[in-house]
Amino acid sequence: MSIEVSGLTVRYGPVTAVEEIDLSVRSGEVTGLVGMNGSGKSTLFKSLMGMVTPSAGDVRLAGSDPARARRRGLVGYVPQSEDVEWSFPVCVRDVVMMGRYGHQGLTRRPRSSDHEAVAAALERVELTDLADRQIGQLSGGQRKRAFVARGLAQGASILLLDEPFAGVDTRSEATIVGLLRELAAADCTVLVSTHDLHALPQLADSTILLRRRVLFHGDVAEALTPQMLGRAFGLDPLTRELSPEEAR
Amino acid sequence: MSPLELILEPLQYEFMVRALAATTAAAIVCALLSCWLVLVGWSLMGDAVSHAVLPGVVLSYIIGVPFAVGAIVFGVLAVALIGAIRGTSRVKEDAAIGIVFTTLFALGLVLISVTPSHTDLGHILFGNVLGVSSSDLIQIGVLAGVAFVALMLKRRDLTLYAFDPTHAQAIGLSPRRLGALLLGLLAVTAVVALQIVGVVLVVAMLIIPGATAHLLTDRFGRMLLIAPTISVLASVTGIFLSYWVDASSGGLIVLVQGGIFTAVYLLAPRYGVLSRLVIARRRNAGDPAGAGGPTGAGGPTGAGDPAGAAGTAEPARTAGAAGPRGEVRIPTAPRG
Repeated sequence: MSIEVSGLTVRYGPVTAVEEIDLSVRSGEVTGLVGMNGSGKSTLFKSLMGMVTPSAGDVRLAGSDPARARRRGLVGYVPQSEDVEWSFPVCVRDVVMMGRYGHQGLTRRPRSSDHEAVAAALERVELTDLADRQIGQLSGGQRKRAFVARGLAQGASILLLDEPFAGVDTRSEATIVGLLRELAAADCTVLVSTHDLHALPQLADSTILLRRRVLFHGDVAEALTPQMLGRAFGLDPLTRELSPEEAR
Repeated sequence: MSPLELILEPLQYEFMVRALAATTAAAIVCALLSCWLVLVGWSLMGDAVSHAVLPGVVLSYIIGVPFAVGAIVFGVLAVALIGAIRGTSRVKEDAAIGIVFTTLFALGLVLISVTPSHTDLGHILFGNVLGVSSSDLIQIGVLAGVAFVALMLKRRDLTLYAFDPTHAQAIGLSPRRLGALLLGLLAVTAVVALQIVGVVLVVAMLIIPGATAHLLTDRFGRMLLIAPTISVLASVTGIFLSYWVDASSGGLIVLVQGGIFTAVYLLAPRYGVLSRLVIARRRNAGDPAGAGGPTGAGGPTGAGDPAGAAGTAEPARTAGAAGPRGEVRIPTAPRG
């Protein structure tokens, strides 16, 4: 069990973002995290990253204290496109090199092993030819692959991806799905938040449906049944109407 | 009078030599710091901190401790107050910044007015580079040196903080601490610069060079060379101009920097307004050469590689989308 969450509740003032979340995300699997906007996906990610202080509950990563796991470089993160300043003057290689900072000394001067790791990561995501491009000059899919490469160069064993398929072309999506499958096969823990339900069966071994609480965690096909999705997205499939909670 | 004389004559005076040395040191550290400030989006925060240090500087003068001590105390106090007001009321951040820095600045003005030797302190407002003493020069040198070394040692971490603080958090670095470091360096650098151009204009030296350099390159490492070069050139030119036309040296330094920014904003090879118009027109005319454009720092691309080809059509569009802001970003909160 590589990500373990127990009794997690996060409140922002009067608003409860997630409530009593219990989760065990296994290593060696790709896990999809599905829920509508405001369902608490981002809050869950932030809790795993230690960026919000939970009101209650506990998070453990790779069997240890999350801060310690992060310092050991075990946690890789691929941000949402909206969270990145694409005009920032860094090239693809610079971004991937940032994955190596945890392995480097005070000034982060890259050693030859760092250059090798970066080159290997770029090769795996097929961005070697574009390594010297400014990051904003890549297509949506290439940008994502650059950030996945950063996680690869880092050697992270827990990879968190926030909406990696939004605005991504099919070729890049296939490349990323293939990579994530390989990582899972190498016993990494891969947690992907996504709106792309079509890609889910190819991508994920199991799925979490989130709506402030965990509605479901298990088999992908079961998660994608109309009943389940209805509960997750607030549309009751039997009445074809908004559930009472939603109609308010 | 020959151009050489124009340069050499002022150098006969010791005060001019000191002024040039102080200006060069300040111009370099301000320009380096500005590269991070404009990318993090801290322009307004730079303005706020550079004004808010005034009472700290005056109090340091009264107590008799180095200016930097009071400046850092009040710089940090200003940021804490801004955060507190934003976090505990419905006042938005830009309003909180406006309230805090003007109030602290006003406190500084009042302190100056009640401090006996207020002629000295008046120089803090508008700078007095031609009156820099040897001991001032030493203080400027030490502070600039400290800021320079800290920036160079932590430059990769600071760049990571500016680009992706979440990743910094993910690998166990503390974005909060990196933000605090940047803030502390901002306060120290403000002290250096306020002796040159004065509190009121410090922010120019903390924003213009970085913003100008960002229009000229896509590489952060090159920004760190271009910004100080522009800044030193502009500042030295401003000092000489002030000698010859007998006008405000601080004002001229900033005017020259603004002039260079304007020229770059219009004429930069790739991100200048005019070249973007040319690129857009060529593309509309269906000329494929227009899309690739003058690649500048874009560097070698994967010619023949389908991904490369797909990417080549991208730059102009992306640049167009990101460009019109002139790259002085809307200021936001200090992160962390």
